[in-house]
This record gives sequence, C-alpha cells and structure tokens, in this order.
Amino acid sequence: MTPHLAVLVVVTPLACSLVIPLLGIFSRRAGQTLALLAHVLTLVLALATLVRVLAEGSWNYHLGGWMPPWGIEYVVDPLSAGMAVLISGMALLTMVYAVGCLDKRNGRHPGLSEALFLLLTAGLLGIVMTGDMFNLYVFLEISSIAAYALLTSEEGPSLVATFRYLLVGTIAASLYLLGTGYLYALTGTLNMADLGVRLSETGDSMAVVAGVSLVVIGLAVKAAVFPLHGWLPDTYTYAPLAVVGFIGAVMTKVSAYALFRILFFVLDAQAVSGAVVTWLGWLAVVAIVAGSWMALAQTDVRRMLAYSSVGQMGFIVIGFSLGNVPAMVGGLFHLLNHAVMKGCLFMVAGGVRWRTGATTVKAYAGMGRRLPLSMAAFLVAALSMIGLPPTAGFFSKWYLLVGAFEARAWVVLAAVILSSALSAIYFFRIIEKAFFHASDEINPASERTELPGVMLGPVVILALVVLLLGILNEPIVTHFVMHALPPNV
Amino acid sequence: MPAFLTHAEYWLATLLFLWGVYGVLASNHLLRKLMAMNIMQVGVIVFFIALAAKSGATAPVIVDVDQSIQASGYVNPLPHALMLTAIVVSVSTTGVALALLIRIQRRYGTLQETTLLERLKR
Amino acid sequence: MSSVMDQLLDQRPLIAVTISLVAAIIMPLFSRHPNWREGCTLLAATLKLFVVASMLSAVLAGETPSSASILLPQGLSLHLRADPLGLVFALTAATLWVMTSLYSIGYMRAKDAPRQTGYYAAFALCLSATTGLAFAGNLLTFFVFYEVLTLSTYPLVVHTRTAEARSAGRRYLVYTIGGGQLLLAAIVWTQVVAPGSEFVPGGFLAGRTSDVAMAVGFAAFMIGLGVKAALMPLHGWLPAAMAAPTPVSALLHAVAVVKAGVFGVVRVTGFVFGVDVLRAINADVVLAVAASVTIVVASIRALGERNLKRRLAYSTIGQLSYIVLGSALGTVAALTGAIFHIAAHAFMKITLFFCAGAIHVQVQRDNVDELDGLGKQMPVTLGAFMIGASALAGIPLLAGFVGKWQIGVGAVEAGYPVFVVVLVVSGLFNIAYFFPIISDAFLKSSPVVGTDARPIITAPLVFSAGIAIMLGLFPDAGFHFYSLARLAASTIVMGPNGGGLP
Repeated sequence: MTPHLAVLVVVTPLACSLVIPLLGIFSRRAGQTLALLAHVLTLVLALATLVRVLAEGSWNYHLGGWMPPWGIEYVVDPLSAGMAVLISGMALLTMVYAVGCLDKRNGRHPGLSEALFLLLTAGLLGIVMTGDMFNLYVFLEISSIAAYALLTSEEGPSLVATFRYLLVGTIAASLYLLGTGYLYALTGTLNMADLGVRLSETGDSMAVVAGVSLVVIGLAVKAAVFPLHGWLPDTYTYAPLAVVGFIGAVMTKVSAYALFRILFFVLDAQAVSGAVVTWLGWLAVVAIVAGSWMALAQTDVRRMLAYSSVGQMGFIVIGFSLGNVPAMVGGLFHLLNHAVMKGCLFMVAGGVRWRTGATTVKAYAGMGRRLPLSMAAFLVAALSMIGLPPTAGFFSKWYLLVGAFEARAWVVLAAVILSSALSAIYFFRIIEKAFFHASDEINPASERTELPGVMLGPVVILALVVLLLGILNEPIVTHFVMHALPPNV
Repeated sequence: MPAFLTHAEYWLATLLFLWGVYGVLASNHLLRKLMAMNIMQVGVIVFFIALAAKSGATAPVIVDVDQSIQASGYVNPLPHALMLTAIVVSVSTTGVALALLIRIQRRYGTLQETTLLERLKR
Repeated sequence: MSSVMDQLLDQRPLIAVTISLVAAIIMPLFSRHPNWREGCTLLAATLKLFVVASMLSAVLAGETPSSASILLPQGLSLHLRADPLGLVFALTAATLWVMTSLYSIGYMRAKDAPRQTGYYAAFALCLSATTGLAFAGNLLTFFVFYEVLTLSTYPLVVHTRTAEARSAGRRYLVYTIGGGQLLLAAIVWTQVVAPGSEFVPGGFLAGRTSDVAMAVGFAAFMIGLGVKAALMPLHGWLPAAMAAPTPVSALLHAVAVVKAGVFGVVRVTGFVFGVDVLRAINADVVLAVAASVTIVVASIRALGERNLKRRLAYSTIGQLSYIVLGSALGTVAALTGAIFHIAAHAFMKITLFFCAGAIHVQVQRDNVDELDGLGKQMPVTLGAFMIGASALAGIPLLAGFVGKWQIGVGAVEAGYPVFVVVLVVSGLFNIAYFFPIISDAFLKSSPVVGTDARPIITAPLVFSAGIAIMLGLFPDAGFHFYSLARLAASTIVMGPNGGGLP
C-alpha cells in the first residue's frame, strides 16, 4: 500500500473530480461534501507520504510497473512530499473558504466548480510528484486548463484577463514542450534522472543550450519570473474570490518548484545550467526591486498584492541562484512561507471586497473595525511579508541575507533591504488606513461585517501558520528543508 | 540546398511555431489569436513527428510476433504517443478558449482587441 | 521543590518579559471595566519591577541569570540574559513604567481620551519589548525585540489620530524601519563573520575580518541604531513624534525607544566590537565627533523651539549623545558615566515631560512663552521642573552631574580633552534654554489661574524629581545604578574577567 502513496496522492483528487459533477446533478450539497472529503483525504495521503519519506527516505514509484527509463516514474523525496502537503493543505483551506462564497448562480452546473478545483489540485500534485519530463507537461496543462476555467467569473475584466493568461500560458507550455523535445532528441529519454545522466555524457552543444533555455523560459513564464510576469497582475486582480487565494499563492510556486527540480536535480552540474542560473539570479534581483516598486504605485489592493508576488518570486529565485546552503534554505523556506502569507492576504482582500466592495487602499479606511479578525490576520501576514520578526517572513529573509553575505552578493543584499523597506511602505499604508484611520474618514455607523466562519477559519489558520512557521522554523528547517536540498550543494 | 531539404520538416515546424507566436502577438482579433495559438501548437507537434521519422521505416505496428524486430524498420512510436496527448491538450485548451470568447463576445459585443480594451477601460 | 524554585529563578529574564506580554494580551478583556484594566497595568508593572529587581543582588555579585535559549538553525539562538548593563536599562524601564502608568491614568482620564484600552495594551507590549532587548543575549534576540518595539510604539504615536499624528507616525515608521533594515544587514554580516556569537564584554569581533569590513560594519550598525538613538542627522522622527500624548512622549523619550537606541550603541561598541577594535580603526573618534556635533546642534535647535515638548525633544537628542560620546571614548570612567546616564537622564527627562503634561492638563498651555507666573499657580509642578532642568544642565549634587563628570574624566583619560569643552558648552546651552522658563514662571506674574494637578499626576513627577536629587547625592542608592554601571564598564574595558566592584 504505502509505495502507492505516491500515485494515490495524485489519483484521488483526479478520480473524485470526475465523480462530483455526476453527484452534483442530484444535490449540490453532496457534491460539495464529496469535494471537501476528497481534499481532506488528499491532505492525509500527502502527510502520510511526507512522514514516510522523512522516516524511511526517498523512493521511486514506477507507474504501472513499467521500468524506467521507458516507464513513467514518480519520485518521492522530502521536497516533493513537502510540496504535496503544501498544495493539498492550501487546497483544503481554499475549498472551505470557497464554500462560504461560491455564488449559487455563477452560470455553472452544480458541482462543476468543485470538480475543476479538484482537477487543478490533481494537476499541481502531479507536477510535484512526477519524474518524467513529458508527464510534467501533461499535468502542467491539466492544472492550467482547470485554472483557466476557474479564473472566469461573471465580470468582464476577468474574462479578458483569463483569455490572455490562456494564450501566454499555452505559449509557455509549448516552449517547455519544445525544449523537452530537443532534450529528447539529444538523449532519447524523458525520464528526469536518466536525462541528467545522459546530458552529462552529451556535453554542451547549441542543441542542449537551446533545449534547456526553452524549458527554463517556459517554466519561468508560468512562475512569473521578471520580465515574463506580464500576465500576472491582471489575472490575479480579477480572479474570482473563491480561487484567488489558491491560484495566487500556489500555482507560481509549483512552477518555481519545477524550475528548481530541473535546474538542480536534473541538469545538476552542467555548465549550461550554471549560466542559466546566473541569468535567473540577475533577473531575480531586478524582479525584487521592480516588483516592490510597482506594488507601491498601485491603488487597487489586489493588484498591489499581485506585483508584490512578482517581487517575492524574485526572492525565491535568488535563493536558488546564489548557490550556497543558507541561500537555498532561504529560497525553499520562502517558497513555503510566501504561499501561506500570500494565500492569507489574497483571501482577506477578496473577502473584504465581497463584504464591503472595497478594492482600493483608500476604501480600506476603518476596515479594522468592520472586519477585525480578518484584518488582524492581514496584519500578521503583512508583517511577515515585510520581514519583521518573529514571523516566518523574517526568517526566510534572514537565511537569504546570510546566503547573500556568504556569496559576497552585495547587490542582492541591497535589493532585499530596499524591497523590505518598500514593502513596509505599501503594507503600512493599508494597515494605517485600516486600523489608525482619521475619525472623519469613515462612516461611524458602519458596523461589524466580519466574514462568515467558513471563510474566516482558513484566513485565521493561515495567519497562525505564518506565526508558527516563524517560531518553529528551527525544526522545519533542520528536519525538512535541509533534506530537500539538491545533492551537490 | 540538399541540407535544407533533408531538414525541411524541421524548417516547417519552426515556421509554423514562429508564425503562430507572431500571430498571437500581432493579431487584433481574439479569434485570430486563438487560431494562431493553434498553429503554434501544430508546429511543436510537427517537430516531434519529425523526430520520430526514419528513412525507409514503416508504421510501428508489429504484425508478426515471431519474427525478430528491427528497430530501424519502424518509426519511433514514442513521439507519436506524446503528440496524441499534446493534440488532446491543444483541443481542450481551444475548447476552453472558445467558451471564453463566446462569453467575451456576449459581454462586450466585440472580439477586436483594440475596441475591447476601450470598452474595458470604461 | 528547591530545584523547581531554582529553575524558576533562572527564568527570571524571560518571566520579566512575559509579564507585560500577558498583560497586553488580556487587557482587551477589560475594555469595559477601566478600573480593572488600569489595575491590570499596575499589577503587571509592579510584578515586573519586582522580578527585575530581584536579580539585582545576583548580578552585582557577578552572576548573569539567563533564560533557556530557543535554538535556531546554524548556531543561532534566541537568548535572554541579565547582565549589569541590561539590568540598568531594565530597572529604569520597569520603575518608570510604574510611574508612567499612574501618570497615564490621571492624564488620560483628565482628557477623557478615547481608545484607552489600546493605549495601555500597546504600552504593555512596548515594555515587554524593552525588557526583552535589555536582556537580549545576542544580536538576533536584540533585533527581534527592537523591531517589536517599533511596531508596538507606532500605535502610541498615532494615538490621537489627527493628521499631524498620522504624519508623524508615517515618518516614525520610515525612519525606524529603514534603520531596522540596515541594522539587520549589519547583524547578518556579524553572523557570517562570527557565526553563533553572543554578547561578550570586550567584544568578539577582534581579528575576525579586515579593517575595512569592520569600519563598514560598524557604520552600518551606527546608522541602524542611530535612528532610534536620535543621532543627527537621523533624529528627524523625534520632534515630530511629540504629536503623541504626553505620557507616550515621556516614555518614548525617557525610557523605551530612544534608550533602546543608545543602549544598542553601548552594546555594539562594548560587547560586539570592543574598545580596542574601534580604536584601531579610528571609529571611536568618528563616533565621538558625531555625538558631539549632535550635542551642540541639538542644544542650539532647542533654543529655537517655542513648543515646550519639542524643546524637550531636542534636549533629549543632545543628552542621548552624551551616552554615545561616553561609549565612543571607551574608558572605564567614560563608560560608567554613559551607562549611569542611561538611568539618570531617564528620570530627569521624564520629570520634565510629566510637568509639561500636567501644565497642559491644568492650564492648556503648550509653549514656553506662555508659562509666565505659573510657578506661583503650580508650585509643586514647576518646582519639580526646576529640579529636573537643573539636573539635566549638570548642576553638581544632582543626577546629571554624575554622568557628565565621569564622561569628562573619561575624555581626559582617553586623551581627548576637547570633549570636555563640548560637555561644558552643552551644559551652558541647557541653562540657556531651560532657565528662562523657570525664571519666567517664578518671577513674572500670571495671566491664568491654575493649580497643581491631582495627586495621581503630581506624585509621579515629584517622585522622579526626588530621584534626580537622590541619584545626584547618592549615585548608588536604591537600585545601585552606579555600581552596575561601573561593573559593566569595567567588564567592557577589561574583558569578562576584569570586572569587579572597586
């Protein structure tokens, strides 16, 4: 049973997503309940996988019993198991959150939204678990298509933004596929581990460079690495309430994970991957500063959060590209932290809009009184984004700074500090408006319109997780993140 | 010239891919963008199929099990299988995109990008 | 049983920090019962003072009660430890919290101020952070509490919610978070150069890296800390922050924020870099000059301020740099004077702020030219003001003289007698900007009628004025500030084993 955990994690949401629309015809409630159960089950399976990996070590699962390198292989190591837990945990929280706010008449058949969401989860889990290049493409597209469908809502701007995201995302995936084709042509294999071995034998040539570049560019678009992030602000700004917390927080992280896997586990010590990593590092520095700068200029809160995400992805990529242990620990830890922090922030921002219609910073005046718990969670997540102790964000920035110092990367140091200062400005603007507003700015008659329990619960849980990740970062880093590092660091 | 001819299929793939990307970027009409995207995907598919081809090879179906199998006599089946999947992906994406376009058309009355952007601003 | 007691006693630094943290957390429960709420604050303040003071005898004997560390990866840890320097700061803070709480009750109720629960809760959190950084055993712990201090004082600065207050709050954040990030960079550098190091008297960076790196690192530390320590030109937030209610200004200027900054300066110069390292790169001279410039310029600016609280703000900026000057000079006498002044200045300045607040509450006057004749109307208040002002000017037999004298002695010992001139000149300026107030108040006649404020407001300022006198006559009385300062100074100069009471 237990070796099959690797594929069960992916298959469970996939199978349930097919059943739910059928159930939904009879009763919407039944569909939602099954969806929730499916998410819970997936989370349990992911946790079981993580526990097993940390206890017994990594293992490879051969799909259908076909031996690699011809069969498709799933690789379970601490990194992929950890990502699986992250994805399924965030998915569960988002599902709970969505129950509170899914519009009954948003034009879909009952059960379809839940099914699409399960499909999205299955796709992301597949990306994380797989050890095959083409399998990754398949899951990438599965998750993307489900995301395109979920990102539409009744409002016009979301339709256009989603269509553009569709075009960009498909081009990106096609680039990835083309790159995979190049690498397949060179080595004859699609299995990631085998590819790594064979590429080191092939040595460098234009074809290798081209193939790797295509793969990296494709994934970089999906991961919103500057300057390929153009699709992100519109998509996140207009994303429907139910999914913005998940898509905004998790999808780019999974693509970043895929980049990490390919650059450090597959390509390993290739000369070309070293050059790519350096390039990415420089782009990440620009991302960090540009993202924060652009965020500062926004008046719409969700768009501000979106640009902030661009900057934060820069942190993660910098962590990978600096190359020493503290930096990689920082990058991976930040990947985890940012998913949680941004998820919380997007959920609150969406909830505030849903309850009060407020989308601009100005409109947040007095929000601390109207949605006290949600804004308190927002405060915690914002402090973590700025990087103030004792939240999780401080510790991931700490590791990144230590790594930057060790690598003598002074530009990175300056960028991180500048970005923290800029983040402080644009987050404190909101906090000041929400909690410390002038008395004449709000209507004193506005009462508490806190989010309903199902929506508030995930928000508060995420804020608590942010604090816990910070306070407990020692065991998490020592027992988990350190084991997730690539072997050659 | 001969070198060009032996790799004609790769040139075709490249052409289709670039044409498709150009179309996505340069078209004003959303439906044209979608069609260009399809062309781009076809380019990738052609690339893979071209990889699979071998001169003088036949379709990868084994008729007589007893006879010894010469790999060079059969076209590489793996890229074909991969591309079947890719075609399905392409079709699904196109389906979702078309549904989106119908919604956009209903909501804004136009699929011309420039007009659409104007209407969005309002 | 005794081992449990021993373990509990060992955790006293941690307990001291958590007492006010708990108070801050449970205070919202009492928002509808003001008396319970105020009682909560007073109880927490008294308990904290008790716990902190209980460590006095152990620390004087040379022990350093330390709380268990929270271990972090890569040799880092969060660690609280009570040593003489930390105890000076913690005792000052704890004592003044009790007094400020009493004063706040009187002041806020007299003004019927809104949002008092948030006020008291933020205060408690602020004191938690102050105690935490006083007892911090290493740079990371210090930084954590330093930033928590920034966050918990922000709501206090913007308490009145006026446009002026919010603008002051924004300025405050820009300065302090900016400084905080630079401090973080400096701390990370220290971690890379000397992984996992704790504060060691005499410093632990000697010989670890090149002189250039040392200089850059030191500069980063000083700029990062200099914001809160109001070292010019990083002082801009302080006069603006006078928009806060007076008890807040009193706390910010006497105890928490600014003292955290100069405390940090003493910690970094004495316990991270060490006197010898700084002398070798001439950083001591640079810092001393910067401090002197601040002292002189602030004193001149004080003369130009009409608003009483802003004048007091500039006076604070100048006085804080005495401490920076003392730690830059680096001799036992200079350091003793500096550390003693941390406590002495706190008591003197808070007296003045309490008086300013009492005057505001009773006769609604805020500017120095409006105080004519008030000495006859509010004799106790203005009398305390006179004592506090004289003490700050460095009049002998009052608290301010002790520190200044020692710093002067230290300047001569270190070979830079020019700084004695700076001290004398600033003393003259002090007289110039305080004494006209006093003479106007007592010698002119008053257009207004007023009385001294109610006891709950007047008693704290009388008490702190009394302490200013007592510390001048008997510097070692009460909490043995002088002995603690001397002990800390000698360990800094002579290393951990060189300390000992003379």
